[in-house]
Amino acid sequence: MAEPGFLPRPRFRHLLAALTAAGYRCLGPKVRDGAIVYEELDSADDLPRGVHDHQQPGAYRLQRDDSPRCFAWANGPQALKPLLFAPREILWTSAAGSDGAIAFHPQMPEALPTAVIGVRACDLAALRLQDQHFLEGPFPDPHYGVRRGNLFLVAVHCTHPAATCFCASTGDGPRAESGFDLALAELDEGFIVTAGSPKGEVLFGQLLLEALDPAQQATADGEIAAAAQAQQRTLPSRNLRDSLFANLHHPRWDDVAQRCLSCANCSSVCPTCFCHAEMEEPALDGSHSAHYRQWDSCFTEGHSYIHGIVIRADTRLRYRQWLTHKLGSWHDQYGRSGCVGCGRCIAWCPVGIDITEEAAAVCGGDHA
Amino acid sequence: MLDPYLPDEVEVLERIQESPTIFTLRLAFTDPEIQARYRFQPGQFNMVYLYGVGEVPISIVSDPEDEHLIDHTIRAVGRVTQGLALLGKGARLGLRGPYGRGWPLQLAEGRDIVLLTGGLGCAPVVSVIHYILRRRERFGRLTILQGVKHTDDLIWRAQYEAWSRLPDVQVGLAADVGGPGWFGQVGPVTVLFDRVHIDPGALMMMCGPEPMMRAAVQELRRRGVAEEDLWLSMERSMHCAIGHCGHCQMGGNFVCRNGPVFPYPEIQALLGERGF
Ligand SMILES: Cc1cc2nc3c(=O)[nH]c(=O)nc-3n(C[C@H](O)[C@H](O)[C@H](O)COP(=O)(O)OP(=O)(O)OC[C@H]3O[C@@H](n4cnc5c(N)ncnc54)[C@H](O)[C@@H]3O)c2cc1C
Ligand code: SF4
Ligand code: SF4
Ligand code: FES
Repeated sequence: MAEPGFLPRPRFRHLLAALTAAGYRCLGPKVRDGAIVYEELDSADDLPRGVHDHQQPGAYRLQRDDSPRCFAWANGPQALKPLLFAPREILWTSAAGSDGAIAFHPQMPEALPTAVIGVRACDLAALRLQDQHFLEGPFPDPHYGVRRGNLFLVAVHCTHPAATCFCASTGDGPRAESGFDLALAELDEGFIVTAGSPKGEVLFGQLLLEALDPAQQATADGEIAAAAQAQQRTLPSRNLRDSLFANLHHPRWDDVAQRCLSCANCSSVCPTCFCHAEMEEPALDGSHSAHYRQWDSCFTEGHSYIHGIVIRADTRLRYRQWLTHKLGSWHDQYGRSGCVGCGRCIAWCPVGIDITEEAAAVCGGDHA
Repeated sequence: MLDPYLPDEVEVLERIQESPTIFTLRLAFTDPEIQARYRFQPGQFNMVYLYGVGEVPISIVSDPEDEHLIDHTIRAVGRVTQGLALLGKGARLGLRGPYGRGWPLQLAEGRDIVLLTGGLGCAPVVSVIHYILRRRERFGRLTILQGVKHTDDLIWRAQYEAWSRLPDVQVGLAADVGGPGWFGQVGPVTVLFDRVHIDPGALMMMCGPEPMMRAAVQELRRRGVAEEDLWLSMERSMHCAIGHCGHCQMGGNFVCRNGPVFPYPEIQALLGERGF
C-alpha cells in the first residue's frame, strides 16, 4: 500500500467527487432530529461541522461550536447495520395460478454502489461479525451479500469517544485497523488518508494528495491514543463466556429485570445483533403473497415462541439471553465476543441500563 | 449466489389421516429434476410453506432411499399446520430443505438401539423404527419406548402391537393416566426402564418433551450407557432454518444447523435450564 498522504480540508470535496465519479452514491454523517445519522451527502457542507455529542446512560444530545472538524463526535444510533441487514425487506414472493400451482419469485434488493464516509472502528468490527454471520456460513445470504459487495468504506479514526464508549476495552477501536477501503485521520487543517484495499488504492491515487508532515501524523496518533485513554468504561474481560454461564442464577438477573422494560432498543441499535423474524403478507385478493424479514429481538415474546410455549416468558430470562449471548455464546459461534464496545445500547436504553455494569455485577460475584 | 430462502413447489401426492389431529402429507417436487437431486438423512427437517400463510419446520419421515416422495407427519396446532391439515391430493405447497443434523444411523450400525418418544406420536422416531426394520440385519436388538399422557394419545397403536411381536424387538408403553383396554404401563415413561433390558453398549435416540428426555438421560446414565451415545432431537422456534434468524438458539448452538439432533454432551450444559 502507498504511504499515507494529506488532503487539505478545502479539498475534502475532491473525495466526494472522486467517489461519485467512480459510480458511488455517498452516504455520510448528518444531523437529523438531534442525532447523527448516515444519509446521502450532497456536498461536504452537509457534514456535521463543529458538532459534538454528549452521551450518558439513557441520554444522547448534540451541541455545536466553531471547530472546523466534521467528525468530532462518537457514533449515533445507527451506522452500517441497516444499510446491509435491512430493518425490513422482502425475501421472495409467491403467486398462485388458477390451477393452484404456486410460482416462487426471488426478490433481490437493488443495491446501488454505496460509499459510506465516517465509519468508526467499532462499526468495522461489527461489520466483520455480520459478514461472518450472513456470508461465511454454509448458506450465504445473497440479500446481505449484494449490498455488501457494492460497499466502499471510508473510515475515520475516532478522536472523540463518548462517555458510553468502551471500544478500547473490547479491542475494536478507536483506531480503524482494517476492513476499510480508505481511512481518514481528521486534523484541524485536513485529513491524513490511508488506503486499505485495492479499491481504496485506486481512489487514493485520484486524490492528488500532498506529502504528509511527520508532525501531522504525530498529532493524529496522539489524538487517537488520547481517545483510548479517555474511555471510562471497560468490560471485566474480553471473554466472559465461562463466567456468565457459571452465574446463570446470580441475583443480579432479578435486579436488572426490575429495571429493564424489555423494549428491545438495545438489540436494535446494537451493530452486531442479527435476529430477525420471517413473516408473510398475502395480497387481499389472494393472487400473490410476499415473504418478508424484519428485525426481531430476544426481548420480544414471540422470539422464543413455539406452539403453546414461550421459552423466555419474562424479562429476567430475556435480559439474560441478551447478555449471555452477546458476551458469552458469541465466542462459540464466531470466536469472539459479540460486543464491539460502541456503547449504543447504554445511551439508547430508556432506563440507562449499562452492559458493562451488568456484566461486572454478574461476573464479578462468586455465585455459581 | 443461490437464494437459500427461496422454496420450490411441491405437490401433495397423498394425504393420510393418522388421528383426529395428525395427518401425513406425501409430497414430491413438481420439478422432477429437483426431486431427483433431493437427498436427506432421517432426523433432518424441511421448511414447509403454506401459500399466503408462512413456513414451518417439519421432520422428514419417509425412507431416505425412497427417491420419489417426501413424507411429513404433522399435528395441526396453529396457523400454518391447521391450514396444511385442510389440503388434499393435488394441492401445491412450497418446500426447502433438508436442514440440520439427523440421527446417527451409521454410528448405530451393529448395535442395540433404544428409541424413546413422548407426547403425541413422535414422527421422527417412528421413521427411524421403519428405517431399522427395513435394514434389520444391520442393527442389534431394538427397544421401542413410548410415553403418552392419556391412553387415547397413542397413535399407530396397531403398529406398536405388531412391532412387539417381532423377534429381537421389545416395546414398552406407558401412559401418565391409564384407561380401559390399556395394555401398557401407567406412570411416567421412566417406569419402562425397569421392565426392559438395556445393554450398556446401546445407542439411544429420543424426542419429545424435554423433562422426559432429561429423566431418561439420567436413567440411562445409571445403567451405564455412555453420554455420547444418548441422542436427543430438540425443538425451538425456527424461522429461517439456515442459522441466520437467531430464533432457535440454545446457548451457542443454532438448533436448526447444529441440531436438531444432538449428542447429549453438546447440549448438556443448558438442557433443562429455563430460558434457553
Ligand atoms: C426441527 C423441528 C421439527 C419438527 N417436526 C415436526 C413434525 O414432524 N411434525 C409436526 O407436527 N410438528 C413438527 N415440528 C413442530 C412444528 O414446526 C410446529 O408445530 C409448527 O411450527 C407450528 O406452526 P403453526 O403455524 O401451526 O403454529 P403457530 O403456533 O400458529 O405458529 C408457530 C410459528 O409461527 C410464529 N407465529 C405464531 N403466531 C404469530 C404471530 N401472531 N405473528 C407472527 N408470527 C407468529 C411463531 O413465531 C412460530 O414460529 C417441528 C419443529 C421443529 C423445530
Ligand atoms: S452490546 Fe452494546 S456496546 Fe456492545 S456492540 Fe452492542 S450496542 Fe455496542
Ligand atoms: S436493556 Fe434497556 S434498551 Fe434493552 S430491552 Fe431493557 S430497557 Fe430496553
Ligand atoms: S431457525 Fe433461524 S437461526 Fe435457526
